[in-house]
Amino acid sequence: MAAQSKSAKLDRKKLFSDPVMVGMISVLLIFLVLFIVYPLFVLLIDSVYTEGKLTLSVFQRVLSMQRFRTAFSNTLVLGLLTGILSTAIGLLFAYVDVYVKIKNKAVGKLFNVVSLLPVVSPPFVLSLSTIMLFGRSGIITRSLLHIYDSNVYGLKGIVVVQTLTFFPVCYLMLKGLLKNIDPSLEEAARDIGASRMKVFTTVTLPLLLPGLGNAFLVTFIESVADFANPMLIGGDYDTLATTIYLQVTGSYDSTGAAAMSVVLLSLTLILFFIQKYYLERKTAATLTGKASRARMLIEDKSVTIPLTVICCLVALFVIIMYIMIPFGALFKLWGRDYSLTFKWFDYLFKYSGLKAFKDSFLLSVIAAPITALLSMVISYLVVKKKFKSKGFIEFVSMLAMAVPGTVLGIGYIRGYANGIFHTGVLSGIYGTGIILVIVFIVRSLPVGTRSGISALRQIDKSIEESAYDLGAGSGRVFTTVTLPLIKDSFFSGLVTSFVRSITAISAIILLVTPQFLLITCQINEFAEKGYYGVACAYATILIAIVYLSVLLMNLFIRFFGTSKKIKEEK
Amino acid sequence: MLKESKGIRLEHISKIYQDPKTGKDFKAVDDANLVIEPGSFVTLLGPSGCGKTTTLRMIAGFESPDEGEIYLGDQPINELTPNKRDTAMVFQSYALFPHYNVFDNVAYGLKLRKMDKKVIHDKVMEILDLVELSGMEGRMTNQLSGGQQQRVALARALVVEPSVLLFDEPLSNLDAKLRVSMRTEIRNIQQRVGITAVYVTHDQSEAMALSDQIIIMNKGVVSQIGTPQEIYYHPADEFVADFIGEANFLRGKLVRKDGEKGVLSIDNHDVEVDDIGNFEVGSDCTVVLRPEAALLAPEGQLPCKVVMSCFMGEYQNYHVMVGDTLVKITDFNPKHKRIYRVGEEAFVKFDTCDVHII
Repeated sequence: MAAQSKSAKLDRKKLFSDPVMVGMISVLLIFLVLFIVYPLFVLLIDSVYTEGKLTLSVFQRVLSMQRFRTAFSNTLVLGLLTGILSTAIGLLFAYVDVYVKIKNKAVGKLFNVVSLLPVVSPPFVLSLSTIMLFGRSGIITRSLLHIYDSNVYGLKGIVVVQTLTFFPVCYLMLKGLLKNIDPSLEEAARDIGASRMKVFTTVTLPLLLPGLGNAFLVTFIESVADFANPMLIGGDYDTLATTIYLQVTGSYDSTGAAAMSVVLLSLTLILFFIQKYYLERKTAATLTGKASRARMLIEDKSVTIPLTVICCLVALFVIIMYIMIPFGALFKLWGRDYSLTFKWFDYLFKYSGLKAFKDSFLLSVIAAPITALLSMVISYLVVKKKFKSKGFIEFVSMLAMAVPGTVLGIGYIRGYANGIFHTGVLSGIYGTGIILVIVFIVRSLPVGTRSGISALRQIDKSIEESAYDLGAGSGRVFTTVTLPLIKDSFFSGLVTSFVRSITAISAIILLVTPQFLLITCQINEFAEKGYYGVACAYATILIAIVYLSVLLMNLFIRFFGTSKKIKEEK
Repeated sequence: MLKESKGIRLEHISKIYQDPKTGKDFKAVDDANLVIEPGSFVTLLGPSGCGKTTTLRMIAGFESPDEGEIYLGDQPINELTPNKRDTAMVFQSYALFPHYNVFDNVAYGLKLRKMDKKVIHDKVMEILDLVELSGMEGRMTNQLSGGQQQRVALARALVVEPSVLLFDEPLSNLDAKLRVSMRTEIRNIQQRVGITAVYVTHDQSEAMALSDQIIIMNKGVVSQIGTPQEIYYHPADEFVADFIGEANFLRGKLVRKDGEKGVLSIDNHDVEVDDIGNFEVGSDCTVVLRPEAALLAPEGQLPCKVVMSCFMGEYQNYHVMVGDTLVKITDFNPKHKRIYRVGEEAFVKFDTCDVHII
């Protein structure tokens, strides 16, 4: 292996002769270690190391808490239910989209809207509207059905809300997989004499099985990590995420919370690794390449009509839930007095609403470009470069995807409140806007990185090599060739991280200090107090902001996007 | 071009890769020693996986060798990154920047060298004229045909006046006709500019048409280096003979030797040969006989039986059996010649100077 090391040594030497590359890699490594690896590491240390000794006493204490044990089983039940339901509904939508002939254009639009919703949806929104539709003062329960003691809180509420929030993700994942199934496989089965149902159960479904498992686990992780919905509609059904939050804010027991966080983190990490390294690979192995030709769509009315109707009903229901929000803000008193009023908006702006919007907006606007740039740099390094710490960088930025926000929040509290390892170093950032911006960045980084990687994989390697060969250093190659070619992806990453930041809550709610008012925290506060009108007013404006940014993104891509320019001149 | 072109020297170059499946090391390039003279056009030719592209990419700097040293002129360049090496590559996929027009694509390297705008403009226009793309400078690259895109790629590499021009199978994405006309053009431009060119291809006719020297590679090892004629008429081994053109291999034994001349016994028939090389009497050897160098005739060196006879237009294609050995013969312009049918007996006839012994 001595020879092997010579080319490796040369490669390293070449790498280090490029100061921009070295700079980029060092900055990234420092960032990832400080703000992802270190806070999680601190949680682990905290939960096994007390008063100078290695001990499992904190775990023992936590495990003996009835509250913790209930929360743990609650979390698993919730994840299981939400995972199964979301995957099933996602599969239905994907199947109808890919296999069924839909003549009506409006139905296609409806599907589009549904697939876009998870991107633009702030947390709480579905919980809020569920409460307003089915709660004690719900428009359906109280006003239509005259049920006065309806209780939407608890498991069923969370499951419904989470399913409606997460199934579009499954829909998009499974749609991509179904499209890759070669239609001739199914035609062959059909040709031998299998019925349509038989084809589905013996060909389509087995091929899709790893993909279904994948979708299920992704939803499971999301569900388990979700903080906002259980907080609002969970009632006394506590999950790990909410219990951790209450442990810190209610019992001021941050070591206990650290131990609980380690449990939650281990849960999501295990699932994440199964999903990432087993199922994703298996999916790729069974469904390789593209379909050989277009699929004959199902036109049989006995199949198309019921399936389409079910999907449309679900889609319409989701859309109605979103429409509830502005109405909630415009009615005088939900459940009692449905006369129109602006009093909630007035109230919002009178009581520091403007500051909340300003703070949220400002912090997100600072975080978004940093996130977009960082994730592009990471994807660039991961896809195009060879170096020693590349595996680490890729691993950690993927890891961030599996870390629940609440866990990250606790990690920051434990890790930075007294500085790094309680030395006071960097303690200055705790309680300031900086740490909030960092949380925004870390929370959006995996999403941006993932889309950056897929965008970069589509660029022929030799295009960058030719620039390199002509004399451009790595920095120049990145700015003059790579970045312009992934401009669309970069800009959508920018908007996505802005949207994710301005709608973030789980980690932020633990770290925010009174000097900052954030929209999401305000919504949480007012909804907790039962001031649904104000909460809806906040949410309405938030949805408007998010929707406008997405609109802006599409406009930008239409007029300035690279791909558009290239396409148009073809 | 004003700049002096430089030669390239590879000394004991090896490149080791790990097989991703088995984890075992294998040598993609094994102890390659090459000298490429300044101003010459050299082709690396071989089947896929023979290490030719790896060799080219090591010269460009994209890959690092595990052993040996690469020199550009007299300067060792192992430690230089591709952007610091005075080479320019033309890629198989053209690798044009899709977000730039033709002018900006060609000007890219010049802008990096921080040249004056006016100078850049003049140089780009001059080079576009050379590759016959004048008037196209405002077009986006996807509005060009494949051949035009390849010319832009060539212009982009040429305009920075590198010491060496590298080609990585640049014509393989073009259709057959265009390939032929483009290769003539590449050769013409290289001659006019006088630049050193290293060209990777698996297409032997491309290599023949373009090169001053051909380097044949097989399984990471350099099999033979020589002019197209040397390679074709005096292949070093069976692989080279078989890879370049078609070849028949007849096993025999040297029975007499008279200076350079000698007599072989093939299938118990004596065959005179003009040049027996270094073989000693009694040693086994293989005769390389090109199909177009042999004829079927009523009399000749080796008796045979026709097993296939097929009219191909420009030639009659025969398969005949000499003892147990299948021999292919192409008889050009067969219109007024006697055509042998399957099953007929005849003789394989060839000139004593047309066979090569390995």
